[in-house]
Amino acid sequence: MTGAPAELAVDGLTVRFGGLTALDAVAFEVRAGEVLSLIGPNGAGKTSAFNAITGYIVPAAGEIRYRGTRLNGLKPSAVAALGLVRTFQKTSVFAGQTVHDNVLIGAHLRSRQRPLAILSGLPSVAREERELRQCARDILDFVGLSARSAEIAAALPYGELRLLEVAIALAARPRLLLLDEPVSGMNPVETRSFMGLLARIREQSVAVLLVEHDMNMVMGVSDRIVCLNHGRIIASGAPAEIQSNPDVIRAYLGERFMRRR
Amino acid sequence: MPILSFAWLALLFSVPLWMADLYVLHVLIVTGIFIIAAMSLNLLLGYTGQLSLGHVAFFGIGAYVSSLVSLGCQVHLLPHWQVSLAAQPVWVGMLSGVAAAGLSGFLIGKIAFKVRGAYFVIVTVSFAEVVHLVALNWVELTQGPMALNNIRPLTLSIPFLVDISFARKPASYYLVLTVALVAYVLIRRLVRSRAGRAMVALRENEPLAASVGVDVTRYLVLATVLSAAIAGAAGVLYAHYVRIVDPDIFLFIYTVIMVIMVISGGKGTLAGPIVGGLIFGLLPEVLRAFAIKPEVQWVIYGVLMVLIVYFLPEGIVPAARSAWLALARPAAWRNAPRLMR
Repeated sequence: MTGAPAELAVDGLTVRFGGLTALDAVAFEVRAGEVLSLIGPNGAGKTSAFNAITGYIVPAAGEIRYRGTRLNGLKPSAVAALGLVRTFQKTSVFAGQTVHDNVLIGAHLRSRQRPLAILSGLPSVAREERELRQCARDILDFVGLSARSAEIAAALPYGELRLLEVAIALAARPRLLLLDEPVSGMNPVETRSFMGLLARIREQSVAVLLVEHDMNMVMGVSDRIVCLNHGRIIASGAPAEIQSNPDVIRAYLGERFMRRR
Repeated sequence: MPILSFAWLALLFSVPLWMADLYVLHVLIVTGIFIIAAMSLNLLLGYTGQLSLGHVAFFGIGAYVSSLVSLGCQVHLLPHWQVSLAAQPVWVGMLSGVAAAGLSGFLIGKIAFKVRGAYFVIVTVSFAEVVHLVALNWVELTQGPMALNNIRPLTLSIPFLVDISFARKPASYYLVLTVALVAYVLIRRLVRSRAGRAMVALRENEPLAASVGVDVTRYLVLATVLSAAIAGAAGVLYAHYVRIVDPDIFLFIYTVIMVIMVISGGKGTLAGPIVGGLIFGLLPEVLRAFAIKPEVQWVIYGVLMVLIVYFLPEGIVPAARSAWLALARPAAWRNAPRLMR
């Protein structure tokens, strides 16, 4: 994977909240088809990086490019239209809608209906609606939520909610999927099956930028890892390099991990 | 259920045939006009979740513009620069009224593009108040409190083919019913499309909606334009039916009545504003028929409203739907879809 071209290039990214510098001249890239993980202690700036890349916050400095397109200043919806789709750290679904309709809303970008066509009731709109519904069913199949299709999202247990979030994101047809702590709150069995899902997502040649605290998962799925601490990159490389990097161990994995080695 | 729909349509269209009492017909016409306005409010309040508490402004703009275009008008924009408009056919006035309301909806949607919730409410309330003051004080154009009088009813005539005047009540009833059906069909198409889903997404979780590529502002503006245009159509019908328009058309109470109709019937459902509109539109007349004093009428009206909101917070239509589901499929009831479709 190391030879693949960079899809997402982040350069000199700086994010400030008042006097606090959440990210300080951070640079990394995500290559085609790879899984890159951002790790680091709480407050290291991982989610700020996500928010800056996807247009939810405006960076103080730096440049973000995706396949040559500058993302700085784009609205979140415009970033999504380029193929960068994110999930959120806190569980985020359309709670009052059915599971199926959640995915249908997610499929917004697959749809080509124009307001005038909708209001005049053109048959092409009805045809496309049928296609979208089929597509939603396929995605629910893919993540394993078909049985829950007709249920209200708010009624799902936590682990399945997290799957639904991924299903909504997949419906937007991402080329780069940004997952913010997707397995937090999942039990080990659910985490393992999520890793299987991630592998199947990669087979669709979707690159993944992952923020995660579960080290087993990070070490198991990542091609490369970038470790942040206090808004700076302290290490980056393959999982094995990161695991043996003394800075990372000190900053993040802790003394106990060091002794265990 | 197409059979049920046809039965409803047949019932609605047959009313003037068996209802000889013109007063009842009048009440139905006015209720129908308010139902159209409530349906338009529901598009914003029920689907995008934004409360337009100045909705009557669009209603009034439709009424005033349609009246002025059909009556003709003259204003001095500058001391020596006079603009005048000759009286146009009524249907031209009506279309202008709808277009003007839609355009003002576009402006409000654009101004309010970043405000949500309480701020959206404030923008819309202020807008309604500004329009009200203009109608009251721009006497040269609107006659102010003297009101626009002698507004002509709609007449359609194609030589040798049709010659209909909507001056009489049965004809007015059919006109209102037709506009209501068109509005219903338009709203139904919209909410069952990707645009409607985008609006619901804005209501339920705006950041998530943006993350999957929904340009939230665009769909809020679209909803506001269509909602304002339909409210304007209701105002147009009102002006040419009542045939007098004064600044009281912008009274806040009319917006409140629309909100009551939408909330009690069930916001975010297609049938909600119709059910709520029928109840709260016809209730005062029913109570009057029982010779109940006006003071007591309003007490009953208010108590009923409180009871509905207290016991059926989702509104009548969603409550009836889940009750029906509970009877039909007890197992599926708990997980039944709540809103939409």
